[in-house]
Amino acid sequence: MTLPSIASLLRPSQYFTVRGGVHPETRKNLSSESAIEDMPIPSLLRIPLQQHIGAEAEPMVKRDDHVLKGQLIGKARGPVSANIHAPTSGRVIAVGHFAAPHPSALPVPTITIRPDGEDTWGPRLPRLRPENATPEEIAAQVAEAGIVGMGGATFPAAVKLNLRARYDLHTLVINGAECEPYLTCDDRLMRERAEDIYDGIGIMARALGVRQIVVAIESNKPQAIAAMQQFDRALGIPSRVQVVPTQYPMGSEKHLVKTITGRETPARALTADLGVVVHNAGTAHAVHLAVRYGEPLISRVVTVSGRGVKRPANVRVLIGTPVAEVLEHCGGLVEDPDRLLLGGPMMGQPIQNRRVPVVKGTSGILALTAAETPDRDTMPCIRCGRCAQGCPVGLTPFELNARIQSGDLEGAVKIGLLDCLTCGCCSFACPSNIPLVQTIHYAKGKLAEEEGRRHQQEEAKRLAAARKAREEAAAEAKRQMMAKRKAEMAAKKKREAEAAARAASAETPPDQAPTSQPQTAQAESTRDGGATQ
Amino acid sequence: MTAPMLASGPHTHTRFTVSRTMLTVSVALAPATLFGLYQFGWPAIFLFLVTVISAWVFEVACLWIAGKPIGPFARDGSAILTGWLVAMTLPPYAPWWVGMLGAGIAIIIAKHMFGGLGQNLFNPAMVARAMLLVALPVHMTTWVPPVGILDGPDIWQALAITFAGSQEYDVVSSASTLSHMKSQLGAGATMSEIMPGLADLEARMIGLVPGSLGETSTGLLLLGGLLLVGMRIITPVIPLAVLGTIAGLAALTSFVAPDRYAPPILHLTAGSTMLCAFFIATDYVTSPVTAAGKLIYGVAIGALVFVIRTWGAFPEGVAFAVLLMNACTPLIETYVRPRVFGRTRTGKPLPVKKSKSPRGEKK
Ligand code: SF4
Ligand code: SF4
Repeated sequence: MTLPSIASLLRPSQYFTVRGGVHPETRKNLSSESAIEDMPIPSLLRIPLQQHIGAEAEPMVKRDDHVLKGQLIGKARGPVSANIHAPTSGRVIAVGHFAAPHPSALPVPTITIRPDGEDTWGPRLPRLRPENATPEEIAAQVAEAGIVGMGGATFPAAVKLNLRARYDLHTLVINGAECEPYLTCDDRLMRERAEDIYDGIGIMARALGVRQIVVAIESNKPQAIAAMQQFDRALGIPSRVQVVPTQYPMGSEKHLVKTITGRETPARALTADLGVVVHNAGTAHAVHLAVRYGEPLISRVVTVSGRGVKRPANVRVLIGTPVAEVLEHCGGLVEDPDRLLLGGPMMGQPIQNRRVPVVKGTSGILALTAAETPDRDTMPCIRCGRCAQGCPVGLTPFELNARIQSGDLEGAVKIGLLDCLTCGCCSFACPSNIPLVQTIHYAKGKLAEEEGRRHQQEEAKRLAAARKAREEAAAEAKRQMMAKRKAEMAAKKKREAEAAARAASAETPPDQAPTSQPQTAQAESTRDGGATQ
Repeated sequence: MTAPMLASGPHTHTRFTVSRTMLTVSVALAPATLFGLYQFGWPAIFLFLVTVISAWVFEVACLWIAGKPIGPFARDGSAILTGWLVAMTLPPYAPWWVGMLGAGIAIIIAKHMFGGLGQNLFNPAMVARAMLLVALPVHMTTWVPPVGILDGPDIWQALAITFAGSQEYDVVSSASTLSHMKSQLGAGATMSEIMPGLADLEARMIGLVPGSLGETSTGLLLLGGLLLVGMRIITPVIPLAVLGTIAGLAALTSFVAPDRYAPPILHLTAGSTMLCAFFIATDYVTSPVTAAGKLIYGVAIGALVFVIRTWGAFPEGVAFAVLLMNACTPLIETYVRPRVFGRTRTGKPLPVKKSKSPRGEKK
């Protein structure tokens, strides 16, 4: 543990740590001293059309098209979506489906590009001078560049930059906590590109219209802290670095805001309700590239680590690069890893297929050996309470687990299932090795499924009701028309009768109209009955 | 319904496991136990071995009957620890079958009848102690002075004491601090008359007094307890609550009527106070999980111990106090929950306070 600097000692918020939380071995030293290196262009790029939260992008190219670096190949669909660009020049060899970088490995729409090795840039986005651009222009540029949250949440960054319209924002928090063990990509980026990151931070701050910036870095990254402390403003907006305790899950948005401001975001609300917006340090760098140089998001820094990797490193790779090629670039595997993960060891996803691509949200590729991963023998719960002590949300995971296991999902919701961050602290801390967060994942999936089904049923009901209402309205209109006609007929008859009487002729009135009336009325009542059934 | 094991994180794990926890507790218990065994000599050693081994054998038998996997459970150390704790509370010269009976009650009745590891409502060691105390009042209150292993009975005499119930070895039976005090107070003596007849503080701290096999050395038990807290096996809430409440109530009563009530320091250093506060009341399975729940639980145990000791029929009330509160644990658990992040204590989301000024106010 490193001692916090004197300046941070004077700040009381340093002592507001996250309640709960755990201290996994960080093992960051495996890769923290390797400078970011560029990986050569791989032999093949597979670019999924959905690398973000929200709707998947719409393909803009077809097979055999030649694309240039930075060319738009997937267009955002709807308000929450993100553009996707060609990471290098080459030929599109397929627009189809490929395994997702996810444990399920379900096929997802993917554009496959064979690079031509020329790396020729197409037209870049127009550059912006953030100093005199409007917030809307900046947000539009960020949206155009397809930037998403680089910390792994992959929420489209532009949507978050537009929060200004609805909230009074005063603080931009830059999340450089990087609380997941092993990962060092943000650490390296802050050490090596502090100036660029500050530029990106300033651009975002201008777009958000905030008055102050806080860069939050965990105390175990002294060099990154030093590098970021060189600056005290970003594009003229005052900024400070705040050292936060090294503790998982410090990087959780709401917990980070709590640590920095001492204020707790209400359940079901956004940090924006407190006037605070959180962006990742890597996102700031991407924004800098997009606004200053017109470069869309086509590469990212990935930490390749774990004792199963020969040469742990931080590599800038093109989006779409197959995991296998990244591993090869890092000397390959020492031994067959027990688990191959995308992301950090606490929340990362295990993958089976090594050909899956690196996507915008991939912060790490970890090859963990058996010695680094937990063994799988589980014991019964001994009610030691470590899970509850470790839960940053204040839940009682052992109870959630018991209720879910007995099929009582409603009971689990009652004690806070939906407030769970699925951060994994409980599973980490459990001495009985009970798969608590795994069970919670399962229950959440199940609930979402039920919710979906209920939603569908309700939708069907609503449609049926709407149809009924429509039909009833039509029938009613018809009835009224009929009544009117009847009245008119009666009036006419009366007039005719009067006229006839006046003429004192013996002719009978026409019998066409009176007979047709009951027939229509009957038809109407049948229709009515049908609709109400 | 069983949730399938999903392939999701975390992919790293704390080093704490059940057997590691049990091992640490054993290490913490060891100094006081070894000292007790040394003080009370060979009969105590035999009794200890009989109790611990039979606890383990009962455990394996129960697992086998219940059709549970024997390997991991037999190795987790929890049965041995239970047997160990039962042995700690027995009079050192008790015959072998008392130890075996205690282990049987603890493992079979208190643990496996409730469903095994983690399922028991009551602390097994305390169930055994309470049942033995009620069923065998004479055997359970026959105390011997701590003469040390060298001056006590030799191995052969010890075998006869433990396994043949022989009375041949001439032992001066003596009273424990609490029972001595209770009988004297009952006879109308005042505290100031009784105090000189009791072992002094130093003897009670080291453990040079008659008493249960492993409960006499207050100092060593405290040391072990601090080790548990330091190793983060337990949180200090329950020990502090138990000790604080006993001391507080004793201070109050002895301040009001110093002649009729024992001073706090006597309560803290006599009987099973220390063992209870650090090793018994802190049992994971039978105590509340949350810090606030632990506080309530600890305070209640402390108060009950004091009440039973002072006004009850038994000189020592730890077992009954713990069992009573074990029964209350589910209730405490239901009503005392941690506050959920972003919510009030009642579970409503915290109110959203929108900043009013046009550009938001400075926080
Ligand atoms: S950490 Fe594991 S064993 Fe302990 S209470 Fe939670 S679920 Fe039970
Ligand atoms: S995964 Fe959920 S229940 Fe477990 S520690 Fe994290 S927030 Fe708490």
